[in-house]
Amino acid sequence: MQEENEDILEQITTSEYKYGFVTDIEADEAPKGLSEETVRFISAKKNEPEWMLEYRLKAYRHWLTMEEPTWANLHYPSINYQDVIYYSAPKQKVSLSSLDEIDPELRSTFEKLGISLDEQKRLSGVAVDAVMDSVSVATTFKEELSKVGVIFCSMSEAVKEHPELIKKYLGSVVPATDNFFTALNSAVFSDGSFCFIPKGVRCPMELSTYFRINAANTGQFERTLIVAEESSYVSYLEGCTAPMRDENQLHAAVVEIVAMEKAEVKYSTVQNWYPGDKEGKGGIYNFVTKRGICAGDHSKISWTQVETGSSITWKYPSVILKGDYSIAEFYSVAVTNNFQQADTGTKMVHLGKNTRSRIVSKGISAGKSQNSYRGLVSVAKNADNARNFSQCDSMLLGDKCGAHTFPYIEVKNNTAQVEHEATTSKIGEDQIFYCNQRGLDTETAVALIINGFAKEVMNQLPMEFAVEAQKLLAISLEGSVG
Amino acid sequence: MDAIQFFTDAYAQQSSSLHLHAFQQSNLDAFSTMGLPAIKHEEWKYTKIRNLFKDGLTYTPTLSNSEIKFQTLKGTEEANRIVFVNGLYNAALTHLIEAEGNIVVKPLDTAAGDEDAELVKKHLGHSKDYHLDGINALNGAFAAGGVFIKVKPNVVLTQPIVIYHVTDNANGMIFSQPRILGYLGKNAEATIIETYVSTGNSESLSNEVIEMCVERDANLLYIKLQNEGAHSSHTGTTHIRQLEKAMTQAITISLSGAIVRNNLNMIMEAEYGESHMYGLYLLNGNTQVDNHTIVDNQMPHCFSNELYKGIMDDSSSGIFNGKIFVRKDAQKTNAYQSNKNVLIGANASANTKPQLEIFADDVKCSHGCTIGKLDEEALFYLRARGISETNAKALLLHAFAGDILQQIKYEGLRTHIDELISERLSFQI
Repeated sequence: MQEENEDILEQITTSEYKYGFVTDIEADEAPKGLSEETVRFISAKKNEPEWMLEYRLKAYRHWLTMEEPTWANLHYPSINYQDVIYYSAPKQKVSLSSLDEIDPELRSTFEKLGISLDEQKRLSGVAVDAVMDSVSVATTFKEELSKVGVIFCSMSEAVKEHPELIKKYLGSVVPATDNFFTALNSAVFSDGSFCFIPKGVRCPMELSTYFRINAANTGQFERTLIVAEESSYVSYLEGCTAPMRDENQLHAAVVEIVAMEKAEVKYSTVQNWYPGDKEGKGGIYNFVTKRGICAGDHSKISWTQVETGSSITWKYPSVILKGDYSIAEFYSVAVTNNFQQADTGTKMVHLGKNTRSRIVSKGISAGKSQNSYRGLVSVAKNADNARNFSQCDSMLLGDKCGAHTFPYIEVKNNTAQVEHEATTSKIGEDQIFYCNQRGLDTETAVALIINGFAKEVMNQLPMEFAVEAQKLLAISLEGSVG
Repeated sequence: MDAIQFFTDAYAQQSSSLHLHAFQQSNLDAFSTMGLPAIKHEEWKYTKIRNLFKDGLTYTPTLSNSEIKFQTLKGTEEANRIVFVNGLYNAALTHLIEAEGNIVVKPLDTAAGDEDAELVKKHLGHSKDYHLDGINALNGAFAAGGVFIKVKPNVVLTQPIVIYHVTDNANGMIFSQPRILGYLGKNAEATIIETYVSTGNSESLSNEVIEMCVERDANLLYIKLQNEGAHSSHTGTTHIRQLEKAMTQAITISLSGAIVRNNLNMIMEAEYGESHMYGLYLLNGNTQVDNHTIVDNQMPHCFSNELYKGIMDDSSSGIFNGKIFVRKDAQKTNAYQSNKNVLIGANASANTKPQLEIFADDVKCSHGCTIGKLDEEALFYLRARGISETNAKALLLHAFAGDILQQIKYEGLRTHIDELISERLSFQI
């Protein structure tokens, strides 16, 4: 019995990152390093118009004047930005007319990831834009979407085909000069997704982007822009994985959301970049700026994230509540194990009147990891009757990990009502005992309790994501108890 | 002004210390490296402390001989009295009623050279690692003018020790830097009350550091009361080291001032320590009060509870930052923290940052904070019973502040503070 238990434990603790395969496809890469040449190279590769190159160069020049931020509760060796390949595209035959023409290697990659493009197309009715390394390889369901007027395409396509929209909205929520990583992203972003929901349209299906870093030493810098016009609705999913490599890889993305009057955008992420091995070697450095603006009255933006991967996570999906009566939500589960470090949270900036926001953050730390929640709730002078409720709970599994909370609350209006609460706890022995007594082994009991702890957030995820996220949660924490 | 130059000059001019020379010098060096904190400094994000160090500030750390008259704190007429004038310990004005041998009060510089030298060496400057911002070091550079207070083991003081910080600012802007080192022997029990008075109406700034060590089974009640007036600014650090099974209660009440910064550190160095922290800031005008607290749990089985309440009227601003650290070995820690704010004034603001940093798993920690307005329904209820709007609001706010007031066990002092608060709220029933 004892021996059997140890076997199970052994098996579980050595369970590995199952998305860590490398796909053997030839890639078209930019030379290592970052310079004006690199920026021009990327722009030229993508046949971009002059104004786009200007935008990139401006961002690059600004980036040169900036310093990497050090305020986060993260410790990592400094990144050599000259040692990164800023552009890597899977080599493929000219233009594709149908999904069948996609490189079979590439397609099997996505099948392994569980997002077989054509299967998705047939069965689940989710439109997928898959971004591998730096470029968008396929967008499914385009036709059907275009019938209702929804534009869902890769960023490079959008630059060419909808320049007026890109010019108007790109950088309108997250300016290139916002911070070190947005400047870097604005200079070298290679692809991403663009999504436009016209007035009065409820997007008939969930839109989804899948990101994957494949080539070694590359950084991925994607850019997502979602514009929801008046009274429209869209639910957007994002997933990410990467192969296992010993070196750290860089990922610096920017996501922008614009919600007009009465529009609603729901953005869900399951982030599962390679977290590094048990000794903390390798893994993705994930520096992401995500921000939405509730530009019109009665608009709503909701962020849901399940963060299980990356060796370093630096990510604060934010909402600017500009329109009156606008609503923002942030639901997050962040899991760190082994040597992972996460510094994540949100910013809610209340500007309009009668705005409401809600923050639910659950942090789970195991192994030797550090998990921080960092958030800001700001109520401006004229934001009458603003309302916020924040809850951030942490759970510690083991005595070598750390949980931290840094909530900033700044209120300048005397009609505001802001509440914040946080707790830290561990799984109680009595809880485990209760489950054991009812015939559940300890491992299952822990999974059960963790899932209960994170349920409030999991419930916010779209169905097919929720299942995956729940499994991920269990896998990420396997072997961390006992 | 060039603060580093200014204070280096002042340092050269101060009367030389007998035994604290090395300590002062190392602090001056630290200050010269760090300078004054800018608002980019995370710990000073909301408080523009640099603006207070402006031209016209005088700093002459020598005892003034002039006759000083000041009002004693109501409700504590029967008490041991320790007096600082312009930041320097004044033995002439100090008056102890406690039986001799129970407590020792003497200049810090003297203590550093006599039988208590060991204690001074061990505890003086312990707070510096918690405040790497120049302000703490600046005080340290002029520490010799401070006082050493020792309550002997097993002594239970019948009357509190009231420390008066008198600022003689009748003629010009005054800067002062009081320094206190307190020591409670094993199983001793004492109350220390700090209060601030100024004799004139010129601007003043005091930068205080009080460090205390509470030995095994000892019991300390510490009260800090600020009601000095709108022309006075203050930065102060209260740093309490708690040894085994020590129990401390700290109550910080800020009623007025220009810019006030209170640091309160509870260092739980041994098992089974217990600390209770209460704070009340009732502000109006342009007053800004910034409360920073640290509870550093280093060993298992400690308990801490914290409740800070703020009422901000007019254009005042209340800041709260509460840190709870639970180190790796501090299993079975229970730490609770709560911060509640009511915004009354149209231009009032509240900034709060409750912060938990936890490295042990078997702990119970929680924090909560709220910022809001008075409950409309409660107001309506009172109004419906014929209570005027002013009185209804005052009644609710008074009750809100009551949670903190009732922690003061000295009835006379509690009544006095209650009167101050009622007056402020124009409470007339």
